[in-house]
Amino acid sequence: MRFVFKTSYDADIQLFKHRAQAVWYALLLLLVLATPLYFFVIGDAYLLGEITGVLILAIAGMGLMLLTGHTGLPSLGHATFMALGCYLNINLLGAGVPWLIAFPLSGLIAGVLGTMIALPVLRLHGVYLALATLAMSMLTSDFVVIAEPWTGGIAGAAVPDINIFGAEINRYANPYKFYYVVLFVAILLVWFYRNLLRTPTGRSFTAIRDSEISARAMGINLTRTKAMSFFLSATAAGLAGALFGHSAGYVTNETFDLVMSITLLLMIVIGGLGFIHGAFFGAIVVGIIPVAIANGRSFLATTFDVNINVPGLESALFAFILVCFILFEPMGLYGRWLKIRTYFELFPFYRKDMFKRQKSYLKTDRVQ
Amino acid sequence: MSLLEIDNVTLRFGGLVAVDNVSLKVNEGEVFALVGPNGAGKSTIFNLISRFYDPAGGSIKFDGHDLLKNTADEVPSFGIARTFQNIELFEQATVLQNLLVGRHRHRKTGMLSNIVFSPKAYREELRHRAAVEEVIDFLNLQAYRDKYIGGLPYGVRKVVELGRALASEPKLLLLDEPASGLSVEETQDMAFWIEDIQTQMGISVMMVEHDMGLVSAVSNRVMALSDGKELATGTASEVQSHPAVIEAYLGTGEISKTGTSRA
Repeated sequence: MRFVFKTSYDADIQLFKHRAQAVWYALLLLLVLATPLYFFVIGDAYLLGEITGVLILAIAGMGLMLLTGHTGLPSLGHATFMALGCYLNINLLGAGVPWLIAFPLSGLIAGVLGTMIALPVLRLHGVYLALATLAMSMLTSDFVVIAEPWTGGIAGAAVPDINIFGAEINRYANPYKFYYVVLFVAILLVWFYRNLLRTPTGRSFTAIRDSEISARAMGINLTRTKAMSFFLSATAAGLAGALFGHSAGYVTNETFDLVMSITLLLMIVIGGLGFIHGAFFGAIVVGIIPVAIANGRSFLATTFDVNINVPGLESALFAFILVCFILFEPMGLYGRWLKIRTYFELFPFYRKDMFKRQKSYLKTDRVQ
Repeated sequence: MSLLEIDNVTLRFGGLVAVDNVSLKVNEGEVFALVGPNGAGKSTIFNLISRFYDPAGGSIKFDGHDLLKNTADEVPSFGIARTFQNIELFEQATVLQNLLVGRHRHRKTGMLSNIVFSPKAYREELRHRAAVEEVIDFLNLQAYRDKYIGGLPYGVRKVVELGRALASEPKLLLLDEPASGLSVEETQDMAFWIEDIQTQMGISVMMVEHDMGLVSAVSNRVMALSDGKELATGTASEVQSHPAVIEAYLGTGEISKTGTSRA
């Protein structure tokens, strides 16, 4: 067990609790920076593309985590903001705006539009807010069809390549560069997210999540703060949507459907509501399941000559995993990781009920 | 000089008159207690001051500001902080984070400088933490500093809530039943703290409390309420011996002749 003796306020403010933690995260950074090297050596970048996809999902997950995990506002409509970001990016690039400007701009405009859409429904709570955003998500596909001049409608739209100072980056032509672009965005957003949580703005978000009445009594303007959270959340989702477009290469009205919105929400619940790590853990699970199923299928087919071709197996497995998490580990994967870590830190003094009290669900989960 | 002036305030919930033409003044530097049976309208008066409710009539003025012109989230900016009868802490946050939310009215940086953690935001953070540390020191909360509220016992939560209100450096502190659910020792601690808050920090205190021992120990003036109406105002002993107060708590001693009141 490590005891940190705090001798200055910096000990509470700084990003890492102690030197060992900083070293671990530095090693993690080295690992993710060196990952492409491995795929470069084996000469097969297929899995790197999957990893990049996981990172993009994690960026969208962070956006939703801020809103649902930290502000307590559930949303089933985040695919809508991803769609906004994606199509804005396509159109800005099409209009000749350089990628370095078009990309952040599409996120910001998605944020502003998202906030404008969200303002009327922000007065709703819990399950009602979830329903309103669900409706928004169901309308998205229709709006994409209606806005055909900008979106290509049902036929879809091709996404131009990323161009940074003349360097063309295409997902298939330069998977390594594309990975680094996505990684940079992800790391930057994590840093922003951490800064937010250690300053008054982030604390006002969590205050609203835990008790709206006392947040107001402390001088927090509920509407403005919720709108702020929605803006940041939709911006992150918009950026993820733009990257998702680059990753997919071609988007149609069915790309950002309801299933994606639901997947995002389930992802952060599986990962662990209220933790930035949760967005990444959840994205990894969501990214691994299809690959694992495909591999398992071919393994069964080649070794035992058993062919499993059940339609909807992925969704069913995903739903099953989710039910298991809600029943047995409401704190998500990150919560499980915390418990394992505490077990070893305190060995042999860990007690089974140590996290019992904190098992109380976030207000997000309760039907208000 | 009076800090808070409530003038002929009335609040109705449908047909029920929760607060009936109540007027009161809280002077600067005094401890003012509201007592009365359950449902007398004591907490409702707090919620009126906090602007959670809109009164049907009357005026509420604080330090020269007309509170009725402001919304609930603007009230703390004038220097009013409060606690709640059923503790309303941020459960998924640590004690330190809870107290830091109390500093919300003193923040000077916006969302943008927070996100990039500008030097200004950093300096502000240091100031907030220095202020909060004084509150932690004052209330002896060092042991619980980094603990999550969800795992703390009731008595400690009560103190944390007082701390969160103090962290906002208020001029007037509204304490809604500060001693409810506390042990005898904890109630004594609370009495000492209220005294210190009044004498050392110069903060005026208005409190709702059922524990008459605590009320008479710390309060300068007491107002008794029943059914939303003022019964008596004065020192604790004056109020306790006032016939209308005794009647409200113990009844009149006359046996009901109609028999309907028992039904």
